[in-house]
Amino acid sequence: MATTSEIRVEAAFEEFERPRWRVSGIWQFARRQPLGAAGGIIVIIMILAALFADVLAPYDPVANDFMAMSEAPSWTHPLGTDQFGRDLLSRIIYGARTALFVGFVAAFVGGTAGLILGVTSAYFGGLFDLVFQRVMDVFMAFPLVIMALAVVAILGKGTENVILAILIPFIPRCARVVRSSALSIREMPYVDAARALGYRHHRIILRHMIPNVTAPFLIMLTAFVGQAILLEASLSYLGLGVQEPTPAWGLMLQGGAEEYAESAPWMPIFPGIAISLAVFGFNLFGDAIRDTLDPRLRAR
Amino acid sequence: MWQYTFKRLLLTIPTLFGAALLVFFLLRLIPGDICMVRLGGTGALVDPAQIEQCRVELGLDKPVILQFFAWIGGFFVFDLGTSMWTGRPISEEIGLRFALSLQIAVMATIISILIAIPLGTISAVKQDTWIDYVVRVISIGGIAIPSFWLGIVIILGLLIVTQNWFGEPWMPPINYRPIWEDPAHNLAQTIWPALAIGYRYAAVATRMTRSTLLEVLREDYVRTARAKGLVEHLIINRHALRNALLPVITIIGIEFAFLMGGLVVTEQVFNLNGIGKLLVQSVSQNDYTMTQALVMLVVIVFVLSNFVVDLAYAWLDPRIRYR
Repeated sequence: MATTSEIRVEAAFEEFERPRWRVSGIWQFARRQPLGAAGGIIVIIMILAALFADVLAPYDPVANDFMAMSEAPSWTHPLGTDQFGRDLLSRIIYGARTALFVGFVAAFVGGTAGLILGVTSAYFGGLFDLVFQRVMDVFMAFPLVIMALAVVAILGKGTENVILAILIPFIPRCARVVRSSALSIREMPYVDAARALGYRHHRIILRHMIPNVTAPFLIMLTAFVGQAILLEASLSYLGLGVQEPTPAWGLMLQGGAEEYAESAPWMPIFPGIAISLAVFGFNLFGDAIRDTLDPRLRAR
Repeated sequence: MWQYTFKRLLLTIPTLFGAALLVFFLLRLIPGDICMVRLGGTGALVDPAQIEQCRVELGLDKPVILQFFAWIGGFFVFDLGTSMWTGRPISEEIGLRFALSLQIAVMATIISILIAIPLGTISAVKQDTWIDYVVRVISIGGIAIPSFWLGIVIILGLLIVTQNWFGEPWMPPINYRPIWEDPAHNLAQTIWPALAIGYRYAAVATRMTRSTLLEVLREDYVRTARAKGLVEHLIINRHALRNALLPVITIIGIEFAFLMGGLVVTEQVFNLNGIGKLLVQSVSQNDYTMTQALVMLVVIVFVLSNFVVDLAYAWLDPRIRYR
């Protein structure tokens, strides 16, 4: 027969293992941050649309249908068609894939490069940090769109180049924020202890410092995804980003959408709503994460 | 203050020099060189003599270091070389378009200040009420909605409204006339892009006004003012808002430089012949000399506006000067 203390221990384990605490955690987050939860829902819908585009989209996003050109929204084409008869709903669903792919890759790669550079700069300090900061100053002197345009000017158009054009300006922005957090972590006794134990620099940076700057990094990352989606849309709209016939929201606003705006307003309206909702969702979600992770804001 | 100004001015020099180095050498990273890509990029047969002539015209036959200093020197005398596309002097091309872009930038700034400060203040004073939520959604919307799409929607709205009200659609004029020559024509053209850009700009400033005002409202001196029995609107206007506006000024100054980015896409929508459109054209036409000059110009405007913001900040808040 089990003793009382064993039962208590088992009950405690059950309590710990039960997944309910996660659900209640999400519920608490939603109650504290209703706008953030709304943003989270938008982000989840977008991710699902991107993942299951093949199943969800009623038509092939690149198939022309010259019998159904510039058709108004109807039961057969819920959001209408464009000047080539391509179904707008299908293009928007597939567009989520392009937007998220560019957004996540650019934000993650740019952010991670910034994270490593920022922490390394703070860890070594001294002349290395000083020179690195001046180099970052130079990169920060380029407004985001201008830097991206300059990169496109050199590399040319296309999805891969657009990702590069967007992630390069993210590096100094992330490095700067992460460095300022890492500066205080460098002075922590556990970093001194790691040094005293003779650990190599890369081990201290990767195992002891980087995990402790995750909060500002995550905050930057969510903000970057929204910005990257907006930048990709801008570049594609200008004809310098993703190229036809790839379904991309910015590209859908270009050309026909502008020419036929008056007779077929659904062509520019729906892709614009998709871009705005996506960026809106990531911004709301990012703000809520910042409020939750930043103890100063939480205390208030 | 003079000492601070001088120190701050000195700090801009390495940044500008570094940016110039970066812009200059980035275009040298292109495999081959810009003449080969520009002339041979179309896939057509090109006479090697033509490429050689292009190199001589652009000074690419000289040592790199000489090219760099000649290019930088050009910025001091407004000689930025010639466009590889039109063959006309770059400074002349920019001069033609500068007034339009500057006017829209200034108008967008005014619009944003007029929207941001009252909205941000109401939002902070009524924190966590429905008014606050509405303002926050409006301001996050301003950041999320691409200004070029807002531009398309504005044009579409104008077309539909004028069609319904006056029987024929009306579009903003395309050709630019200076405001002192024909104010009505000028404003009919520039107010719409200024609104499209100003909304985004206002959104950023509204968020800043709200968060700094919330911080200031928790300060001891505001509590003292309340304890003295001061009327609430005096506390907000005289005690809180004045101190909260410092960071707002910074963000407005910094965003002024970012306007260049907004202009790039918005000018395209409204078909305005400004600096932004010129930059997009030069990138898509592989006009490297023009791209180089324009990118550098934007960086100069950006660095100098940051410098002016810092000075304004130091002038308004004496603590900064003594740091």
